[in-house]
Amino acid sequence: MTDVLTPDPEAPRAVAAAGPQAAAEPLGAGGWKRWLLIGIPYLWLLALFLAPFAIVLKISLSQTTIAQPPYEPVLDLAAGWQGLVDFVSGLHLENYSILFEDEIYVASYLSSLKIAAISTLLALLIAYPMAYGMARAPRSIRPTLLMAVILPFWTSLLIRVYAWIGILNPDGLLNAFLMWTGAISEPLYIMNTETAVYIGIVYSYLPFMVLPLYSSLEKLDETLLEAAADLGSPPWRAFWQITVPLSLPGVVAGCFLVFIPAVGEFVIPDLLGGSETLMIGKTLYNEFFLNRDWPVSSAIAVLLLLVLVVPIAIYNNVQAKELGGKA
Amino acid sequence: MRNGLSSINLVALTFGFAFLYLPIVLLVIYSFNASQLVTVWGGFSTRWYVSLWHNEQLLEAAWVTLRVGLISATLATALGTLGAITLVRMGRFRGRTLFSGMVYAPLVMPEVITGLSMLLLFVAVGLDRGFFTLMLAHVTFSMCFVAVVVQSRLVSFDRSLEEAAQDLGCPPVKTFFVVTLPIILPAIVSGWMLAFTLSIDDLVISQFTTGPGATTLPMRIYSSVRLGVKPEINAVCTILIAIVTTGVIIASIATKRAENERLRAERAAAAGR
Repeated sequence: MTDVLTPDPEAPRAVAAAGPQAAAEPLGAGGWKRWLLIGIPYLWLLALFLAPFAIVLKISLSQTTIAQPPYEPVLDLAAGWQGLVDFVSGLHLENYSILFEDEIYVASYLSSLKIAAISTLLALLIAYPMAYGMARAPRSIRPTLLMAVILPFWTSLLIRVYAWIGILNPDGLLNAFLMWTGAISEPLYIMNTETAVYIGIVYSYLPFMVLPLYSSLEKLDETLLEAAADLGSPPWRAFWQITVPLSLPGVVAGCFLVFIPAVGEFVIPDLLGGSETLMIGKTLYNEFFLNRDWPVSSAIAVLLLLVLVVPIAIYNNVQAKELGGKA
Repeated sequence: MRNGLSSINLVALTFGFAFLYLPIVLLVIYSFNASQLVTVWGGFSTRWYVSLWHNEQLLEAAWVTLRVGLISATLATALGTLGAITLVRMGRFRGRTLFSGMVYAPLVMPEVITGLSMLLLFVAVGLDRGFFTLMLAHVTFSMCFVAVVVQSRLVSFDRSLEEAAQDLGCPPVKTFFVVTLPIILPAIVSGWMLAFTLSIDDLVISQFTTGPGATTLPMRIYSSVRLGVKPEINAVCTILIAIVTTGVIIASIATKRAENERLRAERAAAAGR
């Protein structure tokens, strides 16, 4: 391969002589073309992803009014400097103090973190043996197993959560089955409890946990385990001292991929958790759609983002490092 | 360590896959239930599928979902591919860290935040909510997924192929279309599929960013799910599952075949020299 593509030492110079553009980096055509290429996706994300956050921040500092839009002050650009002064003096922190005065918000934050943490742990406990089994499976069936893990992820979250309603309802399939076998005589009330939310989150995010675990377990050099066995290490010890530490990057990635979205989850607690489960995503949604309080829901969003910014930053860093290592 | 499946591994795999698939399989089975009651099996029937055909609201929503999915997936693929090239090939430029942050953050951003922030943007700039805003929102979150998929392909890509083309006098733009694009095409195709699926599955961001006249299928499903389990909804879900599953399987087989062909061609070319 390499000798096919190693060019004649004279060739680059010849090409360079042919014109400035030919010597340019592949795709990296310099000057305005390069900036155009970078600029299109950059501006799109700036305008539709980053700018909205600035607006959320601004509205979280505004006051609710009965108007369209239902908040004030509105920045009046036509009013010039005076408009800006009015705008800034109209901002205040009242919405944030509401979040700390009313117990429901703090309770929602804490309960979201708790539910997400426990679900992440449960997902890890189920996913690790699965990923391990997949990585040990005959090489020929591994792609099929991998496909089988990814496939449910392509199916709508809503549909997968809906499927559990039919199973967990008091008159659902699980209770019908258990009562038929005689294991229970009264239906179990799992639906509309936190247990149902745990089941829903673990079920929905399991592929996110299995995939990174699998990719780190599959790369594991088996000669290390053989060496440990040859030196008389029992399998459980080899597992604990070799396999587990080497799979840690997968564990970390998987945990972030489950924990971060789970904290802000809305569909699962809304459909499976009933009214007794508090989660911040649901609180935000209800604050916005039921109470129509845009400033308070923006303040919830800002605080949720602050809670998540550390895990997201760590996750991004790990991603970037992973990429840097490959490149 | 012995390769192959020990009994513990086998139990873990069986249990894991049963957990992943049983709920979906049950949902599909019960969509063919003749009985109106969810837990009583009243014999095999396709009556719920027939009644779907007469449900104007659902059909209308399916049509909106399909249009948004096709348009937004296509735009997201174009933007996401540009984003991937920017990340992998543009070297260091001012603002690169911010850019990679903006590409990765939406992947883990809670949907309620993305949805709320986009809605507030649309309100702030005075855009009427509806089909257009729905599409803008879908393009934005799915382009990041496309960028990540295409980027992983670009990273593992043998740069010497491009260099060879350029050394032979091929201009950069032509090199991109003749050499680079065919090689990253499988990633672009799977990026498109991912964007399309994300778009037709999305509920939360759509709830925030859409307006009257543009109700999507997941929104319709959600509002009837809140009222309880219905066999008709099982039927809609089964159709969606069937479409997505077939698409994913076909795409993965096609990708694999293209990959094998490329490897064979490369080997033949190397042997030919």
